[in-house]
Amino acid sequence: MAEKINLRIDNIAVSVDEGSTILEAAKKINIRIPTLCYHEDLCVAGNCRVCVVEQAGSDRLLPSCAMPVSEGMEIMTNSLKVRKARKEVIELLVSEHRAECTRCYKNGSCELQELSSEYIVGENGYIDLIPLKDLTIDHFSPSIIKDDSKCIRCQRCVRTCSQLQNISALTVAYKGEEMKISTFFERPMYEVVCTNCGQCVNRCPTGALTEKTYLNEVWSAIHAAGKHVVVQTAPAVRIALGEALGMPPGEIVTGKLVSALRRLGFDSVLDTDFTADLTIIEEGNELLQRLKKALVDKDPTVRLPMTTSCSPGWVKFIEHAFPEYLGNVSTAKSPQQMFGALAKTFYANKLDVDPEKMVSVSIMPCTAKKYEAARPEMRSSGYQDVDYVLTTRELALMIKQAGIDFFSLPDDEYDSIMGESSGAAVIFGATGGVMEAALRTAYEVVTGREVPFEGLNITPVRGMEYIREAAVKIDNVLPEWSFLEGVELKTCVTHGLSNAKKVMEAVRDGKADYHFIEVMACPGGCLGGGGQPIPTSTAIRKRRSEAIYQEDSLKPIRKSHENPEVVHIYEEYLKEPLGHKSHELLHTTYKERNRY
Amino acid sequence: MNKKHLQRLDLIFKNEHDTEKILEKALARPDDDLINDLISSGLKGRGGAGFPTGLKWKLTSEVESDEKYVICNADEGEPGTFKDREILSSVPHKVLVGMAVCAKIIGSRKGYIYLRGEYKFLKPQLLKIIDDFHKLLDQLNLDFRVEIFMGSGAYICGEESALFESMEGKRGEPRNKPPFPTNSGYRGKPTVINNVETLAHTYSIFKYGPEKFRDLGVQDSRGSKVFSVSGDTPIPGIYELEFGMTLQKFVEDFGDGDAKAVQVGGASGFCVPRKKFDKTVIGYQGKLTGASLPTGGSMMIFNSSRSMYNVLHNYLDFFVEESCGQCTPCRVGTQQLLLGIQAVKKGEQPSSYLDKLMELAEAMRVTAKCGLGQSVANSFSSIVENFKEEMIY
Amino acid sequence: MSEVKQLVKDLAEEHGREMESLLPILQGIETREQHISQEAMVEVARELNISAAKVYGTATFYSFLHTKPLGKYVIRVCKTITCMMHGKNQIIKELENVLKVELGDTTHDGKFTLMETNCLGQCHKGPAMLINDTPYTELTPEKVRDIIMQYRNEEMHAN
Repeated sequence: MAEKINLRIDNIAVSVDEGSTILEAAKKINIRIPTLCYHEDLCVAGNCRVCVVEQAGSDRLLPSCAMPVSEGMEIMTNSLKVRKARKEVIELLVSEHRAECTRCYKNGSCELQELSSEYIVGENGYIDLIPLKDLTIDHFSPSIIKDDSKCIRCQRCVRTCSQLQNISALTVAYKGEEMKISTFFERPMYEVVCTNCGQCVNRCPTGALTEKTYLNEVWSAIHAAGKHVVVQTAPAVRIALGEALGMPPGEIVTGKLVSALRRLGFDSVLDTDFTADLTIIEEGNELLQRLKKALVDKDPTVRLPMTTSCSPGWVKFIEHAFPEYLGNVSTAKSPQQMFGALAKTFYANKLDVDPEKMVSVSIMPCTAKKYEAARPEMRSSGYQDVDYVLTTRELALMIKQAGIDFFSLPDDEYDSIMGESSGAAVIFGATGGVMEAALRTAYEVVTGREVPFEGLNITPVRGMEYIREAAVKIDNVLPEWSFLEGVELKTCVTHGLSNAKKVMEAVRDGKADYHFIEVMACPGGCLGGGGQPIPTSTAIRKRRSEAIYQEDSLKPIRKSHENPEVVHIYEEYLKEPLGHKSHELLHTTYKERNRY
Repeated sequence: MNKKHLQRLDLIFKNEHDTEKILEKALARPDDDLINDLISSGLKGRGGAGFPTGLKWKLTSEVESDEKYVICNADEGEPGTFKDREILSSVPHKVLVGMAVCAKIIGSRKGYIYLRGEYKFLKPQLLKIIDDFHKLLDQLNLDFRVEIFMGSGAYICGEESALFESMEGKRGEPRNKPPFPTNSGYRGKPTVINNVETLAHTYSIFKYGPEKFRDLGVQDSRGSKVFSVSGDTPIPGIYELEFGMTLQKFVEDFGDGDAKAVQVGGASGFCVPRKKFDKTVIGYQGKLTGASLPTGGSMMIFNSSRSMYNVLHNYLDFFVEESCGQCTPCRVGTQQLLLGIQAVKKGEQPSSYLDKLMELAEAMRVTAKCGLGQSVANSFSSIVENFKEEMIY
Repeated sequence: MSEVKQLVKDLAEEHGREMESLLPILQGIETREQHISQEAMVEVARELNISAAKVYGTATFYSFLHTKPLGKYVIRVCKTITCMMHGKNQIIKELENVLKVELGDTTHDGKFTLMETNCLGQCHKGPAMLINDTPYTELTPEKVRDIIMQYRNEEMHAN
């Protein structure tokens, strides 16, 4: 039982566990101390010095985020000394920040802007440091823009990349006035191990790290005569879009989302969830094929465990860090890319639209998807399969720009032949969702029966623990799957790249005998993706997760293989899973990448 | 405060080649006795921070841990300071004895000397001496080994927590405190980190007993201090002096007859103008005031031909470069102070801008994360306050 | 195995592969190669199983570690106030003349790099400089000329 410490903050008594910080104690009694470098997902830095407070009897001010409480402490969070010091700190930050607020993507959502206006940082500030520095904007990556002139060096991005994701593509470099956030040898982001996961973008307080936006390109396409613009929407968008438009986290806004997309002028409003179901069919069959090769043919070249491949951040990670395991990654494309390939072939054909005139747009909770769409091999249709990827945040901006009152929109439904989906598809947005969807189908294919879990809710693979294991016993199989009789299918689900690394190290060291591993690069899965509304926190991700599983439970069809549009596309076009057409359009290859 | 007669001493540099005897004697005594001697001697850290040494060793000895470390901070980098180099060249064995006795008291088996990169030429000689010292430790049955860790050109690594970070293979960025090194230092383990000179003084205390040390100096500035004297002086060099003298006396002995200002404590210290020489005493005195000053012992004398603007510009240039860059007030504040005085001098800003800069310096003093950012205000305000005209014209 | 790769491997054998080994390894590379190249950093990252960016971030922090090649002899002239008061600027000018190089640059033949540095701890004998690890104090323009001549002679004999 932790000892309790009693202290007073602004003359109000509070009692907290030993080891708590002044900031935590203040939160407990609803006193808001402003912070910048502090983020609840990350370790304490204590470098911005915005959160300083005064302790009675002490000359120097204390950083409330880093200072542990002590018995009898008397803290003032708003004394004259504190206010003066805090204003100085903010003025200093403004002097090393290129303030072009009116044109900045983060205008209205920038934490420095908020602080400056609260402290009325006026004209008589300090000398502007920006013209004296040689800072650049790295806009070479298709996903992330790094603008050093807006960086306030809080190091949230470095801590995110290093501690949360264990990638460490970003580092602090140099010292003194030259200190800045950099990559290996200041190379552009797209050249280094950056996986494009965008977790840094989610946590950057200013506009120093933002996603590369394609709003203007999409608007142009929509308004261009003769262009047919197709849009697909990811599972995790429909439960988070509301946050960027003023709603609380965890609201399911699917119907309004479709409505809004129509109002914006998209010609075909379709659903990535459709190809998520398709992914299950392809990937599920691929897993069974590998199992057959291993257990029946005793083929030594077959690679197990198989891992999922729908998270482009994960794919780029394994290309850099564990290239020797690329053979273990499913060859199935991600739902976004499957969609893109089919849109300009199957769908264009169905609608009698010239694929040359088709523009394929996707709305994603993800920044890595922008990178994925630009990968050179993603041109199976003969054109770039997905032309533009917009984040949930960008879509919200489009809706605002169009003057749409999102709240009052009626519900609408997706267009057909690539718009129908099952509950198994929507759970792709949560960590464990792909695994659960795959199991619902694979188990039934092999045994002829539904998975033995109440309501088809495979709870062992759900939750937020970073590495989860679940073993599913397969018995009483159908005759053609006799080789799986009695087999215990060992699965593993992980999210966050630091945990993916741990799992891969276990695989490499022979300590993991899984058959199938689901990996999501972002904590929480796609619902915590780099393109989702900011801010992010454990509580917010939990609410989004609840919404996803609720949406699943409300769907009439819960299994991918029962999606009628999926059944139809095989009958008419693809013929069979892993068949010739599938391999042409729905499967891909990977590439070993550098170590820096 | 008594104005002491200036006493030059030779406790530190006198070498009577009695390492073995002194070490053996100390190692045979109970830990508590040794700690009490250090505490009653009044010895405070000679690197500039002035923490009571006996208390530091005591606190570290009381923490339970499987691993503890003794580190000698030889990252001397404060402008105008060169005493540690001399000590390491002439009497390094005294430093090693201090480390070994500390190791016995706190229960450490491993010690390091963090030697700044600029002093690499001292390494070969030191290695030989350490090698001999290890043989002596084997004879006396003390399980303690000392290694040299080289710095690579970063002033901030003289700050204790930045030093630990550097030794751990990271950028030398100071840590949040608490926890303090006594509880969590190198590799998160209890660590005693002492300046070279401090350790050399412990040798004197173990040799002569605490009273002799205590009898020197004044009030809470006991003992002697090694001063590095440079600048406009006919006799630059190292001098071991008793604490408690006035700057007036100091300048009489060391100045060239035309001393305009003395910078006490390097760029992080205070600049004392001529008119305050007789009121200023060299020593520690509780709170940091202009009247008595904790110091690493750097004494730079400027005569009337020197421009105090150039002096301040030089210090700020130094800080702008050597700041680790982590915290806002230091990283940006140092740049603003430098640009600010340049602008006032050039006439781009009015002289009233200096008042704004003084406020900035004060804000840096109370918000910066470590001693570097906190101390910039010392030289800044003392120079601007006392030599304002030189900043403007 | 490339020379750099072998060097890093040897240094890792000598100093270990812990985080605490990073700085000694980087120092070893700098001593041999007069800088730490991209290739060297990637190798260090590989040996210590850490990210290359982290190695870069640590290396760029320290003034005595460089990412661009320096000359065989690195001259560092102290620019702290007392050395300045005793004529450091003349020393720099003399060096610039004698070496035909500007402050901050390396001579054409790749032999000498001229830089400024902060307090060398030789304040009572300023102006002072380091050439690689060796200190030279109480400098005058004549003395500087002699010192450089010495180094040049040594270079000639070596060839």
